[in-house]
This record gives sequence, structure tokens and C-alpha cells, in this order.
Amino acid sequence: METLRLDGVRKTYGVGTSIQTEVLHGVDLVLRRGEFSALIGPSGSGKSTLLNVIGLLDQPTGGRVFIGGEETGTLGDADLTRLRGRAIGFVFQHHYLLPEFTALENVMMPILAARGRPDEEMRATAATLLDRVGLTPWRDSKATEISGGQQQRVAIARSLAMKPALVLADEPTGNLDTKSADGVFDVLREINETSGTTFLIVTHDPRLAQRCDRIVELVDGHIVSDRVNTNVVRRSL
Amino acid sequence: MNRFAFFELIVAFRFMREGLMQTLLIIFGVGLGGGVIIFMSAVLSGLQGNVVRRTLNFQAPIVILPTDQVARPLRAEARAEIASQVQPRSQQLRSIDQWQKVREQVARTPGVTALTPVVSGPGFALRGDANKAVTITGIEPETYFDVIALPEKIIAGRQHVGPLDIIIGTELSADLGAGVGDKVRLTTATGATATLTVTGIFDFGNKSVNERNVYIALRSAQNLLDLIGGVSAIEVKVLDPFAAETIAETLRAGTDLQVDSWIRTNAQFFTAMAAQIVTNTLIRVFVGLTVALGIASVLVVSVIQKSKEIGILRAMGTSREQVLRIFLIQGGAMGLAGSVLGSLLAWTFLLVWRGVAKNPDGTPMFIIEMEPSLFAIAAAGATIVGILAAAVPARRAARLDPVVAIRS
Repeated sequence: METLRLDGVRKTYGVGTSIQTEVLHGVDLVLRRGEFSALIGPSGSGKSTLLNVIGLLDQPTGGRVFIGGEETGTLGDADLTRLRGRAIGFVFQHHYLLPEFTALENVMMPILAARGRPDEEMRATAATLLDRVGLTPWRDSKATEISGGQQQRVAIARSLAMKPALVLADEPTGNLDTKSADGVFDVLREINETSGTTFLIVTHDPRLAQRCDRIVELVDGHIVSDRVNTNVVRRSL
Repeated sequence: MNRFAFFELIVAFRFMREGLMQTLLIIFGVGLGGGVIIFMSAVLSGLQGNVVRRTLNFQAPIVILPTDQVARPLRAEARAEIASQVQPRSQQLRSIDQWQKVREQVARTPGVTALTPVVSGPGFALRGDANKAVTITGIEPETYFDVIALPEKIIAGRQHVGPLDIIIGTELSADLGAGVGDKVRLTTATGATATLTVTGIFDFGNKSVNERNVYIALRSAQNLLDLIGGVSAIEVKVLDPFAAETIAETLRAGTDLQVDSWIRTNAQFFTAMAAQIVTNTLIRVFVGLTVALGIASVLVVSVIQKSKEIGILRAMGTSREQVLRIFLIQGGAMGLAGSVLGSLLAWTFLLVWRGVAKNPDGTPMFIIEMEPSLFAIAAAGATIVGILAAAVPARRAARLDPVVAIRS
């Protein structure tokens, strides 16, 4: 089953001005359910733009984006927001937790935004997710009171709050030391294996890419290689 | 709606709590502004109410008088030249023509709550060697007291007005040396005299009224002023004193009589009041604007500070409308909290004012009512101002492009 399908996606900046820059030149990509893929490529190759287009944060200037079989090109802003909230989870390089809230509340936030009022069920869901990332002892700590690795794990738990089919991670370990990075990566991998969530991880780190099932390489807005990683490094050392 | 703004409320209040210093400062600012507005409104309405009360103490809101007599030069023939100069006629004391009929007609007019016929004219009060010019007012006690609260103003004796009784003011009482139970003689220009017993002494809090007004029975006044069976005026009380002029106009249209409202006879006071209301309103509007700008600037800064968080909220499925509401709620809450503080401040100002603004004899210069409705209006107004002030920053927050917000 396809979680994501891109058909000839193009993205041009500066449309309508004299300086137009095409960043994505007709990208085709299919992510199937449960895949754990890495998106690699040099700086400026369009990785983040592609991720934003996939995440419905940005609209492509050409081609089509399907999320769970649904064409997104015809949707308005409100529908896109709703679909994004329901189907896609984000993990960024920086955790972007809301400093005003505790770890648990941060994880609850997407459910709260969708449903309006807090209830015990969403609290329980959030607590379970925090437990999965190993942060139960810190659930009532403010987002600013925990370490970088822990913050990123909270961000991962938050990205899973709405049980999305697809999680997009943009350099999720970019700000972390090696040990924390490995820990965070283990968490992603484990969630993928236990719940079948599809992951697309943008990374610069070849070591981490080697731990993914599939490696997609983007150079200058073209996919130059897309291969199955036959010798996946399963666990960190 | 199930999706009542809990999420927005929670986020809004956490945002405000996080920037606690900012929030407290702006609430204090709103409080100061609100306090000034509430205080000024209370003083203005207190002042106005006070003057109105004092004026309407001894003056009916509407007085109906006979039409002025005019000189009508006779013409010898239809096409004769009209006289170039017509001397105005001297006005006699006259009765209102068919006053009982007029009385019934006025009583049926909407807005009129009470009315009373009076006979009023000049005379002298004499006692021993003392001789004072007075305005004699003949009243029908049972209806007069509904229009003018004379009984409340009696400070000695009682409000009884029999055929041989007279009620005089404190000043006249002192001038004549006449207390309750003493005899006073009234004479008028027609030569009629009557010897009456002082049954009560009033104090309207107005020197000239206390000096000049004397109240006697309607019949006695008709005799003294040679107006047997007639009345010189009908005094009318209305439900809303400020509608007096409108009602007076209705009455003017229905009769050919002269109808004076207190709004006309005290035109100067109303002009002064109107000027004061205009300046007060201007000050209040500008203070309100300052408050609104304060709230807006705090929120503009907050939107910039929190743009990343707004971006992430948007990325995880928060709609533009929700982001908009998060900031509108903050504006409204700051306004509301500020108005509560402002009410407390205004309350304190008013207490201090009460202690300071006193007549030399220690009585309050004028009473300022602290009406709960004023505080309620202030709270509602400040909340609305807060929401309006938040509109611009909130729209800005709602329009943030999540990609740009997160990248910046």
C-alpha cells in the first residue's frame, strides 16, 4: 500500500518574477507503508523543499502529490491543514517544543489542536508515547528543563500523537552528539518496526543513512539514485 | 460547538504566563488607563447627577404658563399700513385659560408622571420691622409634593399647608426672625394681606430659594394675588428628566400655551455639560487608544518571538483560525484583566477623592456614585478593545507561512 506518491513534482521559486529558480525538476517517488527510508544529498540539492512539499507545508508548482491515495492539489488551506494534522508527523532538526508546556503536554498538543478540549484518553495516549521513547520520568518537566536528546525524543513522541501514516524527519539528529543521535535513531527505528509507520529521514550523516532500509539520493533537484540498502546496520554499537 | 476554544485558551494563557513580565506590565498599563476612564466617568456622571438633582429639587422639569400677551394694533381698513413700532405689552399675572382641561390633557401625555397647579406671584413678607420681597407659591399639597419633594427638605416643623399656614425657607426664617408657630404677614401689590402661621421651614440647599420662596395654600394664594379660581402655572414631573424637552415639544404642539422645560431654562448649564462631555469623551477615547496600542504592540512583539512555535503549531495541524483565536484571546484577556485592575484603581481614586473633595463644613462637595454597571461596562469595553487591538497581530500570526516561520 502506498503511503506517499509523487508524480513529476516540480517546485519553482520566484514564479512571476524575472529570476525563477527551479529547485525540483520532476521528482517521482513512492513510499510504501512501513518503509524506513533515508533522503540524502548535498546542501542545496532540494531535500528540505521536497520534504516541505511532501509534508503539505509547501505547494508544488507542477506535478501531483498523493497522501494515502488522496490527491492534495485540489485541497484548500483548511483541508490541507487537517490532512497534515491527521496523516503526517514532523520531526525537525531543532525540536521546536513549546517551552510553555511540559513534555506530556507537548505530546498531547496535536491531539488537542484537532479535538479542541483535553480529555483523559489523549493524556493516556501521550503518556504511552513518552514511555515508548523512554521519557516517563520526565513527563512533567518543562520542555526547557530536559537535555537535547530528550527534547528530540519528545518531538518524536509528538510527531506520533495523531498516529500518522508518515513521519517526516528533517535532520532529526543534526543537533545532537553521537551518543544521543544513536539513541534517537534507535527510537525511530523501533517505532517503525513495532507500529509500521512509514519514515522518510533527511540526513547528512552517511552512518545513519546506512541504518535505513532504502536510500534515496537527491542531487540538484533530481533523484540520482534510489536503492534498497541490503546490509542494514540494525543497532547502534 | 464541540470544538469550543479550549485548545486556544490553553495555549493563549500559557503564552501569556511564559511572558509574565510583559503580560503584567501591559495589564498594569491597561489598568491605569482603565482606572482613569472609570474615574473620569464616575466624576462626570456624579457631577452631572448632582447638579441635576439640585436643580430639580425646587424646579419642576416642565412648567406650563399662560401665553404671553401681545399688543395687537388695530387696522382701520384691510390694506392699512402696519405700525412700524409696536410697544410690547406689560404682562399681567393671568390664569391659564381653562386650566382644568389643560391639566387633564397633560396628565394623559406619555412620560408625564405627576403634575400640579400652582399660583405664583410676587409679594412681601412682613414681621415686625422686617420686610422681605418673596415669591408666593400657592400649592395643592397633595399633588405638589409628588412633583417637588418639599417634605424631604423640611428641617423644622411639618409640611402641613392649611388655609392659614405658610412654609418658609431657612434664610427668610432668619431674616424675619420667625420660627415654627410664629405669625408672618404677606402682602401683595393689589393691597391684599393675610396673616399666616409658619408651620414648616425648608432648606433646599440654595440660598436664593431659601430666601425668596414661600409656600401657602392654593386658595390663599389665589386670594392674595387676585386670581380667584385660576392658576398661573402647571408644574409637570416626567419620568426621564432628560426627555423633558421632547415632552415639552409635544405639549407645545397640543396647546397654545407656553411650555418651558428645565433643559431650556437651564440652557447654560447644559451647554457647559455638553462641553464637558465632549472633552471627557475625547480624553477617554485617547486613553482607550493608548491602551489599545499598548496591547497591540505587546502582541506584535509576542508574534515575532513566537513565530517558530506558531510555525510548528501550524505544521502539526493547527488551523489559521485557531492561531488567530489564540492571539485574540490574549488581547481580550489582557483587556479584561486590566479593567479589573482599573476598577480597583478607580475605586481607590474615588475613595481618596471623597476624602479630599469636601466643602469647608466637612460635607462632601458632591456625591459620586460608584455604580456597578460602570465597572461592568468598563470590563466589557476593555475586553472588546483588547480583542480589536489584537486583530492586527493575530492576523499576522495566522498568515505566517509555517515553512518560513520554522526556517527563520
